[in-house]
Amino acid sequence: MEDSTNVSRREFLETAAVAGAGLVIGFHLPARGPRGIAYPYPSPFAPNAWLRINPDESVLVIVDRSEMGQGVATSLPMLVAEELEADWSKVRIEFAPADKAYTNPMFGMQGTGGSTSVRAAYTPLRKAGAAAREMLVTAAAATWNVDKSECRAERGAVVHAPSKRRLSYGKLAAKAATVPLPQDIPLKDPKDWKILGTPVRRLDTPAKTDGSARFGIDVKTPGLLVAVVARSPVFGGKAKSFDAAKARAVPGVRHVVQISTGIAVVADGYWPAKKGHDSLEVTWDEGPNAGVSSATISQLFAQRAEQSGAMARHDGDAQGALPGAATKLDAAYELPFLAHATMEPMNCTAHVRSDGVEIWAPTQFQTGAHGLGAGVGGVPPDKVKVHTTYLGGGFGRRFELDFIQEALETSKATGAPVKLIWSREDDIRNAQYRPACYHRLQAGLDSSGQPVAWTHRLVAPSIMARVFPDSVKNGLDEEAVEGGVAMPYAIPNVHVDYVLTDTGIPVGFWRSVNNSFNAFAVESFIDELAHAAKKDPYEYRRDLLGKAPRHLGVLNLAAGTAGWGTPLPAGRARGIAVHKSFGSYVAQVAEVSVDADGTPHVHRVVCAVDCGPVVNPDTVEAQMQGAIVYGLTAALWGEITIDKGRVQQSNFHDYRMLHLAEMPKVEVHVVPSSDAQGGVGEPGTPPIAPAVCNAIFAATGKRIRKLPIGKLT
Amino acid sequence: MAAITLTVNGKRETVNVAPDTPLLWVLRDTLGLTGTKYGCGIAQCGACTVHLDGVATRTCVLPVSAVAGKRVTTIEGLSKNRSHAVQRAWIEEDVPQCGYCQSGQIMAAAALLAKHPHPSDADIDTEMTNICRCGTYQRIRAAIHRAAREA
Repeated sequence: MEDSTNVSRREFLETAAVAGAGLVIGFHLPARGPRGIAYPYPSPFAPNAWLRINPDESVLVIVDRSEMGQGVATSLPMLVAEELEADWSKVRIEFAPADKAYTNPMFGMQGTGGSTSVRAAYTPLRKAGAAAREMLVTAAAATWNVDKSECRAERGAVVHAPSKRRLSYGKLAAKAATVPLPQDIPLKDPKDWKILGTPVRRLDTPAKTDGSARFGIDVKTPGLLVAVVARSPVFGGKAKSFDAAKARAVPGVRHVVQISTGIAVVADGYWPAKKGHDSLEVTWDEGPNAGVSSATISQLFAQRAEQSGAMARHDGDAQGALPGAATKLDAAYELPFLAHATMEPMNCTAHVRSDGVEIWAPTQFQTGAHGLGAGVGGVPPDKVKVHTTYLGGGFGRRFELDFIQEALETSKATGAPVKLIWSREDDIRNAQYRPACYHRLQAGLDSSGQPVAWTHRLVAPSIMARVFPDSVKNGLDEEAVEGGVAMPYAIPNVHVDYVLTDTGIPVGFWRSVNNSFNAFAVESFIDELAHAAKKDPYEYRRDLLGKAPRHLGVLNLAAGTAGWGTPLPAGRARGIAVHKSFGSYVAQVAEVSVDADGTPHVHRVVCAVDCGPVVNPDTVEAQMQGAIVYGLTAALWGEITIDKGRVQQSNFHDYRMLHLAEMPKVEVHVVPSSDAQGGVGEPGTPPIAPAVCNAIFAATGKRIRKLPIGKLT
Repeated sequence: MAAITLTVNGKRETVNVAPDTPLLWVLRDTLGLTGTKYGCGIAQCGACTVHLDGVATRTCVLPVSAVAGKRVTTIEGLSKNRSHAVQRAWIEEDVPQCGYCQSGQIMAAAALLAKHPHPSDADIDTEMTNICRCGTYQRIRAAIHRAAREA
């Protein structure tokens, strides 16, 4: 196994340093040199890092992105199989080890996020399939001693039409391996596609219907122990002292050890570990955040909004244009911290030995896990193996390395292979949250209702300041204002600035990241402008998007298919929103009613998406549905609140999830497009909260400026 | 510790565990049946749903001592080769995304169909209270209707 022998000492130190500090990722790290060559999964024909063809006709695609529900374990093999002319029924998958060969070219590291997987793989994986096909055809032509031009590949075989001979890929594999790797094989014209662009069923569905899909929490190894960790109730706190006598008395408890984040109880199974954890007596030094509360954070944000921030966009002279406007609008929007609440709680299995480290993890960040394994284990990088399991949800939470570090430290301290499992309470209370934030927006309209000025001040903690501080320059985190700077409406004077404000509460990547709050502010405020101008909110947006054709395309499609302007049952109203993120354009129309007691109901959501060329339309639909549920759950109820430095929520009874009975009817329409390709995992989330709140305004006249919506009063 | 005997997927099993151990952890850690999932530990999410004497039951708060002598069916024992109508419908509708909650969803749906062979949308709303964070609810509903049609 050539696992990561190409990682240089300097690179290892960089990664380990970043990871060991509890930090995670720099999106702007440069790609590190040429690809390594990895040959996991021995096979007679292994033409590149992603593809193995075996004598039993199986086509093994090595999936180098983490499957967390978004469908990469199907869409990436589709890219290979299309050009390979593979028999789709023979395609199998394995997840890639940590290796430079599997670097995500959009990150410069091996990781899954930012809705990048298909975009990043779109050309390389098709080329990989095309080169392999060419080698198989060459091998067949040589076998038959015929000209290559008389041979063609179809459904897992090469066919020589004049003589009606046929050789399957499995039979050709060994010979194809001797053919030199061809360069620059032309890719198929999309009109000739047989797999890409068609609704293909997921390869992982069968294993996910009989309990056989292996998630991180399901890992078994000989002698495996299970660990549960007691952590400081306050962010940044440390264990001062602890008494483990009662924990050790629980039958099945084997070890109680101190690690960097707290006290780990290690037992024969989860239940004794949990009981041991519950009977630990720990005295905590609560550190500097013990006085932080949601109320103090709100006050801090409002104060900070009074000062100017780092300039992120400046067109014309918004401050100069505002005073002379015929109509002036001024609004503040506030959004809470949010937890990811992946269905599978954080967990990791690690075995730290003196001669090597093995990690089994549901992780989005293999490069980080690998570096951490070497750093904590004190072994060379080539002695670290990372196995990626299925992820029971990711949403950005599994880009973090905290749970991996804990497992490594606990295994090292006990000498045993350890599966470290977080309880749901641990998960809700120890996340890196979607930032809470405060927005102040001002606008001026002329006498005809046209906007002449727009200002947007964002006050929020910075994710990048935690994970990659060097990317924050002069107080500006360009990621924090994503979706606010890109406000698409044609307004001559625009000013956007950012007041970076740390709160002591850790913040991290959460499906659609900063777009989730900036889209809410922008799409709520443009709605306020439309109403102030006494214009229809759809038509108002449409008339300001003349120079934004892809925004306009999805806006028109959503409005048209939703029946915008047509009558609804009494009490129902529609709201609309449009937002671009991760390269894709999404518009949504929500149909909402509000009960007499103030309870909102979302009945129907029409979603239009333009993500450029579509690989699997069935996945695009599923991701839009899922992203809408994710954003709607947050809009209706999602709120992590802080008191005395502690998260007040703990589990699904007080951090509420959407249930089936509350699911709106979601209709997804895809714009046929050959424009630049975007992602689909996240872009469905940002528009739903403003679409719903705009519909609530249309239904009730009440403008929601603070999330979650909860019950209207 | 106590020796407790129960029937799991048609097989008699005697386990020697603390009697307050939830059935979930006996299935997962003692018997190695990891298809049943831990999601919340407070019977809110349903990821741990199995059939107990044929009834959909959340096992994360159910002490194994309360299950002595009873029949437990887990996702692994629902059918051979994914042949149960609900599993076939789940595959046809391509329901799962991350898949973590789906064992519990399938067990809940199978119990629902045993009780209501042709459930209405309202029946599905009432009975299917398991949480899916990926938001596969629309396909879950379609798959239950399909399973009812094709069973």
